Amino acid sequence: MDDGVHSEAGIPLAVSYGPADLPPTESLPPPGEFPFTRGNFRDGYRGRVWTIRQYSGFGTPEESNKRYRYLLAQGGTGLSVALDLPTQCGYDSDHPDVEEEVGRVGVALDTLADAEILFDAIPLDAISTSFTINGTAAILLAFYVAVGEKQGVERAKLRGTIQNDILKEYVSRGTWIWPPRPSLRLIADTIEFCAEEVPRFNAISVAGAHFRDAGANAAQEMAFTLMDGITYCDEVMARGRMTIDEFAPQVSFFFYTHGDFFEEIAKYRAGRRRWARIVRERYGAKDDRSCMFRVGCVAGGASLYAPQAQNNVVRVAYEALASVLGGVQSMFTAAWDEPFALPSEDSATLALRTQQVLAYETGVARVADPLGGSYYVEALTNEMEARVVEIMDDLERRGGMVQAVEEGYLQRLISEEAFRVQQAITSGERAIVGVNRFETDDDPPEVEGYEMDEQGRIRQLERLAEVKRSRSSSEVRATLTALGAAAARDDDNLMPRLVDCAKAYCTVGEMVDVLKGKWGEFQQPAVF
Amino acid sequence: MPGPARVLVAKPGLDGHDRGAKLVARALRDAGFEVIYTGIRQRPEAIASVALQEGVQIVGLSILSGAHLALTRKTADALRAVGADDVLLVVGGTVPQRDVARLKAAGAAAVYPTGTPLEVLLDSMRALSETDHLHS
Repeated sequence: MDDGVHSEAGIPLAVSYGPADLPPTESLPPPGEFPFTRGNFRDGYRGRVWTIRQYSGFGTPEESNKRYRYLLAQGGTGLSVALDLPTQCGYDSDHPDVEEEVGRVGVALDTLADAEILFDAIPLDAISTSFTINGTAAILLAFYVAVGEKQGVERAKLRGTIQNDILKEYVSRGTWIWPPRPSLRLIADTIEFCAEEVPRFNAISVAGAHFRDAGANAAQEMAFTLMDGITYCDEVMARGRMTIDEFAPQVSFFFYTHGDFFEEIAKYRAGRRRWARIVRERYGAKDDRSCMFRVGCVAGGASLYAPQAQNNVVRVAYEALASVLGGVQSMFTAAWDEPFALPSEDSATLALRTQQVLAYETGVARVADPLGGSYYVEALTNEMEARVVEIMDDLERRGGMVQAVEEGYLQRLISEEAFRVQQAITSGERAIVGVNRFETDDDPPEVEGYEMDEQGRIRQLERLAEVKRSRSSSEVRATLTALGAAAARDDDNLMPRLVDCAKAYCTVGEMVDVLKGKWGEFQQPAVF
Repeated sequence: MPGPARVLVAKPGLDGHDRGAKLVARALRDAGFEVIYTGIRQRPEAIASVALQEGVQIVGLSILSGAHLALTRKTADALRAVGADDVLLVVGGTVPQRDVARLKAAGAAAVYPTGTPLEVLLDSMRALSETDHLHS
């Protein structure tokens, strides 16, 4: 009976659920077995809790290096590097249009010299590093490989992830550089390169998170992300050089966990099952590891609110619990002051402690998939999967993701949903404590935040100038020319060329400009 | 009666978070404003030149990267440089409370930090568009 009670994504909810809502036993095998609805691993988190990976990075490489060493000393188990926008969009710190953005939302990296400082005294064979980088992902991968070499760490030992998911950038995050088709080619190059040379590194983290933060609901987030995953795998498969089993284990995914507790759990379980089937049925995977849907997530983002901001600590804790019950592999918990500023050291530490309490005090990590077999959770998982399939079919009928992006269709779907949610909050239909229920007249808190000091930017510019003075200009010319020549051919993998450029201390902007010269730039449709 | 107020919603700098900009653009349109949206990653000079060509009364900047002070100053300068001094500038986004006064000193007629209710923003924009003639 539909009495008007729905999940946030619009799934009608019964008053209670019972045995008739369970899927047949054979379609719900134990954790660690295909199709992995109940989790990727037989032991769940018992052998090893999820990776606690706090997104961090700001200012100069020296400052970020210090923060990373602090986070690792506090028990963080992986790094998550935030890059500043010029680095993400392919501009050097000395570009005249970007002066106010240098070192602001992340660390500025111009050349290999910066990357060497960023990872100074951090053993790259002992930790894993995740880079939220897309347009320039291939260049950052080249830097990482080159820094590893300098530390004496062979490529096969490097662990980490580059986000490298350009399709969602065109729709919702905005750090695009080149048009979709050549960008897809570069992504396929990185996937092949990692499969062959850097086998423990995830070449891509297909990210639904930014669709979600831009306004998509949980079902749309999952559907759009799986469609992007298919687009990237199709691109690699179309080259005919690799089987799915050679690269699928290095494809990972990334989501936001928002506030609807059970729906978020169902989202992860449904996504795991759907991806497993896609990889086996569409691409003929023989190895079950190829079918695993390996997921990182963020608790926070657009689910946090400015009024009564400390309530965000509680929101993030519930979201973190939902993520863990959903079986994610790594997590970032956002700081409560995120709506106002970059987190202070105190608020960032509290966010880290939130995960540690969850992992080591609550006991949730003791048993794999504790909610498996719950009438409600299994029913919601089935319903979520059905919705996801419906949305994916619609996109397939419209010619796939690239077309949906180029035509602005995806952008429109997301804006519509964002607007619907905003209306639901304004009308009070969706309750948000402190925003439309139990409001108070408190002044916004005085947040400490982070102030980029002007000295940092000047040091960054001085180092860039020094690198340009001391590097071999003939090597720079030679490696950039080779990059351009390789870009002009379709069958040449650009990654080895980019590693050569990195080692010659070419700047991010120089490499990007060579490729812009061959490929042009993306033109955005401005729809609202 | 003059026609509906014309507003340019703009995203200066490299920040691509445009959920807020689009929501505001749409709410303004529904409230009877004529709205133009620039898309993301616009240079301040380009915003000023669109503002002039389109004859808008108000330019609304949306900035979530923390670069709001510099980008607001640059946009105010760019508007002056093209002779559009009478265009009102408003700013929304991830703005800490301590920066509200600084933004006003940099030329913002109003500031809407994250968490500002849409109705409050709309009322403020209506008031600005009605008192606009006082500035010219």
